[in-house]
Amino acid sequence: MGRAAHGLTHLEQLEAESIHIIRETVAETQRPVMLYSAGKDSAVMLHLARKAFYPAPPPFPLLHVDTTWKFRDMYDHRDHMAAAAGMELIVHRNPEAEAQGVNPFDHGPAHTELWKTDGLKQALTKHGFTAAFGGARRDEEASRAKERVVSVRSATHRWDPKSQRPELWRLYNMRVANGETLRVFPLSDWTELDVWRYIEVHALPVVPLYFAAPRPTVERDGAILMVDDDRFRLAEGETPVERVVRFRTLGCYPLSGAIESCASSVADIINELTASSFSERQARLIDREPSASMEMKKQSGYF
Amino acid sequence: MPDQGGAPKSLLRFVTCGSVDDGKSTLLGRLLFETGKIPEDQLATLRASSRDGEIDYALLLDGLAAEREQGITIDVAWRYFETERRKFIVADTPGHEQYTRNMVTGASRADAAVLLVDARKGLLTQTLRHSYLLRLLGIRNVALAVNKMDLVGVDQSVFDRIAGAYATIAGSLGLTVQAIPLSAATGLNVAKPGGAAPWYSGPTLLQYLEQVPAREEAAEGQPFIMPVQWVSRVGADFRGYAGTIASGSVSLGDALRLFPSRRTASAARIVTMDRDLDRAVAGQSVALTFDREVDCSRGDVLAAPNAPLQIADQFEATLVWMAEQPLLPGRSYRLKLAASTVGAWVTEIKSETNVETLEKLAARTLELNAIGTVNIALDRALPFTSYEESRELGAFILIDRDTEATLGAGLIHHALRRAENVQWQTIDVTREARAAAKNQRPKLLWFTGLSGAGKSTIANLVDRKLHAMGKHSFVLDGDNIRHGLSKNLGFTDADRVENVRRVAEAAKLMTDAGLIVLAALISPFRAEREMVRRIFPPGEFAEIFVDTPLDVAEQRDPKGLYARARSGELTNFTGIDSPYEPPEHPDIRIDTNSMSPEEAATMIINALI
Repeated sequence: MGRAAHGLTHLEQLEAESIHIIRETVAETQRPVMLYSAGKDSAVMLHLARKAFYPAPPPFPLLHVDTTWKFRDMYDHRDHMAAAAGMELIVHRNPEAEAQGVNPFDHGPAHTELWKTDGLKQALTKHGFTAAFGGARRDEEASRAKERVVSVRSATHRWDPKSQRPELWRLYNMRVANGETLRVFPLSDWTELDVWRYIEVHALPVVPLYFAAPRPTVERDGAILMVDDDRFRLAEGETPVERVVRFRTLGCYPLSGAIESCASSVADIINELTASSFSERQARLIDREPSASMEMKKQSGYF
Repeated sequence: MPDQGGAPKSLLRFVTCGSVDDGKSTLLGRLLFETGKIPEDQLATLRASSRDGEIDYALLLDGLAAEREQGITIDVAWRYFETERRKFIVADTPGHEQYTRNMVTGASRADAAVLLVDARKGLLTQTLRHSYLLRLLGIRNVALAVNKMDLVGVDQSVFDRIAGAYATIAGSLGLTVQAIPLSAATGLNVAKPGGAAPWYSGPTLLQYLEQVPAREEAAEGQPFIMPVQWVSRVGADFRGYAGTIASGSVSLGDALRLFPSRRTASAARIVTMDRDLDRAVAGQSVALTFDREVDCSRGDVLAAPNAPLQIADQFEATLVWMAEQPLLPGRSYRLKLAASTVGAWVTEIKSETNVETLEKLAARTLELNAIGTVNIALDRALPFTSYEESRELGAFILIDRDTEATLGAGLIHHALRRAENVQWQTIDVTREARAAAKNQRPKLLWFTGLSGAGKSTIANLVDRKLHAMGKHSFVLDGDNIRHGLSKNLGFTDADRVENVRRVAEAAKLMTDAGLIVLAALISPFRAEREMVRRIFPPGEFAEIFVDTPLDVAEQRDPKGLYARARSGELTNFTGIDSPYEPPEHPDIRIDTNSMSPEEAATMIINALI
């Protein structure tokens, strides 16, 4: 990493602070787990966890809360990365959602609620995890600007914005009472640009979906969606069109909007972002609701 | 000047503070806008949620719907922007009633501060308050942003008057100030030097922020200190002591002293996943190995031999209280300092600082947002520095033992000399020997319950039976104690806590002498009864809940106290206008409705002796 005139570069400082948070969590909580979604933020978080405990592997498992509707590339990448890190990978799918065949086409907002929110709560309860690392960043969305690095959730996994603890210096209070659990966000102070710069400096592998390529797509309500498999329901007369697109954020493929872009390398992405004037979550369909909707999702247990 | 790529940048954290209408949100919005950080789609969301289509930056900055409904910003919000030279992390602290807690939280991480003043209003009481808090948290560099200059005709004399008046305050507090005439609304001197103020030749706000030194840079020149966060064990041989370097630097072969053991070792390897390093500096997270085998675990501190570390179990500190329930001297809390968590209690509140006037006042408790100077005792000695010497080793938080919530933040001044001078005197006759001579196991039986529940009656019967059995016992009765040992205490929550602590310590001495002690006190709070349990070895403390419903106790009223409390003649009376927290898991529960005192006493002896 290049060196600033004095001391550490901002990336070196962000890295050191995230490692500090990860070590504190592991030292002070009974059963930590790292949420792993195979996206770019997960890539950075996993790399930081490996650095924190090197030369030992991170002393906790990875957890993927699966919706069965992620891009196919993400599943391959997930399995490969967990194996390379020498870490256990737990995959949880909400059995009720599986039984009902919940999908983004028929179930609307219930899709995210059942697979992601309920799925996460089930997995944490089932395995008795007391702290879960997540890759969320404060710059992603307005309701996250006041989120703590260490966020307390009630025994029923609810988030109460009014009862969060003051967080001072680097003194994180990792203690819980009465069945409470913690969400820990080591990337809180990172921006999207920081994530990509770090990926570039450390040559971290990421899913090819972040890079521009010709992909079969349809356009709906102003969003470009990728037809990743034959479960995608085409409307009458709708045929997939090949467009050169990439993704800024990845989720369930029928809910992740692509952007038209020629950025085919990490360096291209960084250039594109510095010139871009749209926010990262613009293409996430689940956020395109009243501006308080993310907060409501969080209160009911969404990460 | 948005960022153009991956050139190395430094990092600066700063805190913004100002009064309600100083235009803080507009200034922050302007900084984000000028550095290209407000995305099109967020502006679109903003236009949609504002009434008249005008963009209000305050809306952009107010995150939570819960706040928008209440029309206030209740918490520290974190903002991010960058220029070609630096990445900035902004702690945006609201100027409302919770400002002490929020400002202290935001300032605890900051390298510098932007203090807003409205050019039309000049300096306010709040300006002084904010400056005091900044200095308290160790911030020395402040930009005084004299905002709304456009509304006073960009008049130099207005600016000079405000800057001059503030220079006096800053001088008395030891702050280094750069006053900047600006307008968040027009952008004057925010990012672009303004033609509207040709008389001002100093930096714009953004230039100032790009140049002001960051704390990490200053910390590099100090002696090396690193608290051990985690010990990494691989195979039989590798022991890596991992942590974040708090100050100074370490090079291969450097001599290190371990605290609190004061053993020495030298740095054999500086391990990171990228590669082994020859040298590491303040702010880096690394793992060190030693040239020899030395016991070292989480919470220990590695330091250069000349580092200003002290080890003590009592110190004086500034305490900022951040919880709804007040600080009670004598109550046991958890204290987290660097990587150590220990039991701690406030032994004395020396004064409370009125943040309006900076006067020091006497205080018996600290309420939400109060700042006090206190003495603190720990249940085990810790290595630390003063806060002035190190933010990492001189700061602590207090945590509630029951809810585990963070209650307060502390800044250490210095160790108390008595801690260094008072040693445990070794006494040859051990407590085991004294107990064996009496042919009994020492114990403390703690009777808790409402006034008039029957605690003293039952304790007295147990004492008589023990005496008849040839056991050596003694009763510490709540009423009797208040005639002597606790004569100077009243019945406020703070005094009740101290009363319990005194009785517990007296009982501890008696059990050391081999006695079976029966303590009969209302002892209304769970936290203190748990504190008593913790100072006794396992099996030597039993909590006996004399469970009499309030209406029954009130009907008995043997001392006529309930009648006087009901009439308002007595205040702070447990059960009437002061709470009683019943034990959740007492060792024995006596239901006085179904059991006579005689039966209760027999049951206690059969169960415990």
